[in-house]
Amino acid sequence: MDVFDLVGDTALLTLDRLTVDFPGVRLSAKAEYLNPSGSVKDRAARAMLKKGLETGLLTKGKTIIDATSGNTGIAYAMLGASLGFSVRLYIPANANRERKSLLSAYGAQIVETDPLESSDGAYLAVKRASEVDKTGLFFPDQYNNPENPKTHYQHTGQEIWRQTEGEVTHFICGLGTSGTFVGTSRRLKEENSSIKTIIVQPDSPFHGIEGTKHMKSTIVPSIFDRNLVDDEITVSTEEAYRMSRLLARKLGILVGISSGANIAGALKLAKNIPPNSFIVSILGDGGSRYLSDDFWNAG
Amino acid sequence: MSITLLMPTALRGFTDGKSEISLDGETVGQVLLALAKAYPDISTHLFDEAGELRSFINVFINGENAKSSGGLKRAVKDGETLMLVPAIAGGSANPLERGKL
Repeated sequence: MDVFDLVGDTALLTLDRLTVDFPGVRLSAKAEYLNPSGSVKDRAARAMLKKGLETGLLTKGKTIIDATSGNTGIAYAMLGASLGFSVRLYIPANANRERKSLLSAYGAQIVETDPLESSDGAYLAVKRASEVDKTGLFFPDQYNNPENPKTHYQHTGQEIWRQTEGEVTHFICGLGTSGTFVGTSRRLKEENSSIKTIIVQPDSPFHGIEGTKHMKSTIVPSIFDRNLVDDEITVSTEEAYRMSRLLARKLGILVGISSGANIAGALKLAKNIPPNSFIVSILGDGGSRYLSDDFWNAG
Repeated sequence: MSITLLMPTALRGFTDGKSEISLDGETVGQVLLALAKAYPDISTHLFDEAGELRSFINVFINGENAKSSGGLKRAVKDGETLMLVPAIAGGSANPLERGKL
């Protein structure tokens, strides 16, 4: 067994204490922060690297490169180290210090990009680098690699269907690359076409929900499939902060800001759906990689 | 007092696409209010209902985070450059000093 084998098949945590004001509505979330590098991104990174090895695009001596707001980079760094590959990540300079420390701990090289340009700046930078060196690099391109949503179709969606015994009625989560939403939604709708799949969006193009894209103002990944979006729920950074604090203090679940946004969005959804609904969402990463942020101490 | 404000791409839709804006003001708060006066639609993206700067926003002045030196009341000098950056969970201590591409 190696770290690749530890990815996925995460627990589905019951969050029904949060929905007591909405009788009959159940809420659960996949504990993706329990993946070996600490986030949902282990799934896509594993799938893309495996495909690279299978197709011969990732060969000995190549360096794995990609753009990341942090979590995919940490997953590449862990998996790359276990396979013996060098890893170089392009990351906005305002990514937090915990992420950079984790990348360094796994031995990855960090290229910081303009914080004013956010994740789009990191993407354009890695794209330029991949065009300069076409032989020594392996560029999975997480925003445009079909293996990303495919692994969520094959695994995350299937796990949710199995763990809810087919009773899930709504799936809701935010979008980074969109791979988790697209693959999971596609699978769930294939299992039961009446399942509603909803995206969480930041309330502003300028926000602090780490790893989450405001789709109307950023480069849209080619893997995103708008046809899977039944509805959209807006969440502010402040609401995400409050929910992350609440999850830690009231439920003992220490997760990050995007997880807070997902659950805040799920509760807004819970207000407007019938009893006997069963909402499932994603706890994308752990709160320990955000401890340098002040928001934990507010409220 | 003329201050240069560097705009993040996420907010350039509210500033006619401008990445740099010259504004007057003697404090960080005054500069941001001047920005909001020049581009009123940007206000809700910067300030909360109480008129405070939203908690996730950092203002860097020549690489220094204003939060550690007076916040909105921090005085600014003629010719200084301000940068608006979302605090993605703590943020870089000094994004201006990182190895820019």
